[in-house]
Amino acid sequence: MADRAEPAVVRDHAVVAVPRVAGGSRPVPFRGGGFQPQPRRLVPVAVFVAVIGLWQLASSRGWLPALFMPSPWQIVGAFGDMIDNGTLDKHVGASLMRIGLGWLLGTIAGLAIGLAMGIFSVARAAGLPVVSALFPIPKIALLPLFILWFGIGEPSKVATIGFGVFFPTVIAAYTACDSVPRNLIRMGQSFGLPAIDIVWKILVPGAMPGILAGFRITASIALILVVAAEMIGAQYGIGAFILSAGNLMQTDQLLAGVTMLSLLGLTVSFVLGVVERAVLRWR
Amino acid sequence: MTLAPQGEEQFGPTKDAPLEWRAPSEDLVGPSAPSGHLPNFVGEGEHAKSRAMDLRLDGITHRYDGLPVLDGIDLLVRDGETVAIIGPSGCGKSTLLGIIGGLLKPTAGRVVTSGTPRADSLNPFTYIFQDFALLPWRTVAANVELALEHHPLPGSERRRRVRAALELTGLDDFAAALPRQLSGGMRQRVGIARALVVRPAVLLLDEPLSALDAQTRELLMEDLLAIWARERSTRLYVTHNLDEAARLADRVVVLSRRPGRVREIVSIDVPVGERGGSAALPVIAAVRDRLWALIRDEARVAEREVQHG
Repeated sequence: MADRAEPAVVRDHAVVAVPRVAGGSRPVPFRGGGFQPQPRRLVPVAVFVAVIGLWQLASSRGWLPALFMPSPWQIVGAFGDMIDNGTLDKHVGASLMRIGLGWLLGTIAGLAIGLAMGIFSVARAAGLPVVSALFPIPKIALLPLFILWFGIGEPSKVATIGFGVFFPTVIAAYTACDSVPRNLIRMGQSFGLPAIDIVWKILVPGAMPGILAGFRITASIALILVVAAEMIGAQYGIGAFILSAGNLMQTDQLLAGVTMLSLLGLTVSFVLGVVERAVLRWR
Repeated sequence: MTLAPQGEEQFGPTKDAPLEWRAPSEDLVGPSAPSGHLPNFVGEGEHAKSRAMDLRLDGITHRYDGLPVLDGIDLLVRDGETVAIIGPSGCGKSTLLGIIGGLLKPTAGRVVTSGTPRADSLNPFTYIFQDFALLPWRTVAANVELALEHHPLPGSERRRRVRAALELTGLDDFAAALPRQLSGGMRQRVGIARALVVRPAVLLLDEPLSALDAQTRELLMEDLLAIWARERSTRLYVTHNLDEAARLADRVVVLSRRPGRVREIVSIDVPVGERGGSAALPVIAAVRDRLWALIRDEARVAEREVQHG
């Protein structure tokens, strides 16, 4: 019978008999789900292994000429040799020293100017045109000028990195100050906090997420600039090593140097992640 | 909605006399002493001996970029009173509170006080904010302590005050929690504790319950009344919620739409401590109706203004 009263469903806390309609009962189709990233722990590992495996396979079968594209295994071998004969220490040490010093100087100066621009209207009005004009210049273009000023040695490379780090840090710092809710500053004023307390207890901690996000950008800029600067004029350094390996057609060593850059970038990113977790525990 | 029947108890002038709507001009002369309104408000313990500090607004006028927001606000607020300020959107309620607390400079007019604040008041005019304004990187205790850190207090006294404020607001077990770990109601309790820790003479509450859900709002209203019964202060309470105004205030200042002028001041002659019970519902409802009648038409116009603006 078409109008048999079943099945029963609970609706509004009362059992309601649903009349059976012609065509039978159908479940309501599910339409939700998706559009929400889910952790898939095995996928990245599988992709990584597959790419390296295919690359190794292509090299072993001779599909990739070793002179232009050595196999992963050859690169690992070259890497091992560099560690054994101390080449890696020498080049990585030189690069790290330049990155560390240049990044530190650029960051200290950038934070000082950026925070000043975030706090004082006069500093912002004075600094913004200069920052806007100089920020777009690819800083490596200034290396020849710095070589003229400071000589071919370390200072010109450190200055290039420092200059490259300085401008993004300035911008990150003052925009981070802008992003601190004004109501927190009004709160500080309403309790009569001195201006210095408002800066150190409200503005600077509130700007830290933006400043640390800027560090990630400047760390990668420093890595790019150190390689570029070392390729232009350096005896030691990862950039110099890669350039020299390329000139000698030692592609396994060239790619070992590139792998080193990748590892360096990952290490910097990991360290910044640790710093962020420590400083921004409250988020 | 069912109102409680007109009971045997009398709540102010509800039966024998109609609610009295005092005109602003009369009000400037001053209402009856707040102690008469507030039997709960006894100023217990160490704060009982504070001297009266009245607050007077003289012709407060304010413009934002030439746009008139407030126009000639005159008001006298007696020591220990709770005055709610309501009005349509954009009428300048929060601006007025900003001016009273010294966070905004009025275009014209002035805010003057008479008498002296209590001796232990570290910040006579203290705000409680709608969005709580807590520092998310500080714990509950450290947020409360922020208000004391720039005062030359011994560490033990500072800690004692913080502990007392946390106890008073029911936050003793949450001293080490971060704001993000708390519900909205608990966060506002931190805002209240931070305000109380400086022993304010005048509490400036800027829509303090607006960001909370209805149940939390009810709970916090009860808590605020309990705290006010213990901690003596004068309170200016900006809200768009007519129930809050009718429940918490001794007088309600109704502002007109922009530019805000004092349209009427409604006195509620029922002690705030007695307004929570069902017997007081008719009075609260009558006040609420009266307030709504005063702002309804203007609220509608203001809503269209905001949309078109």
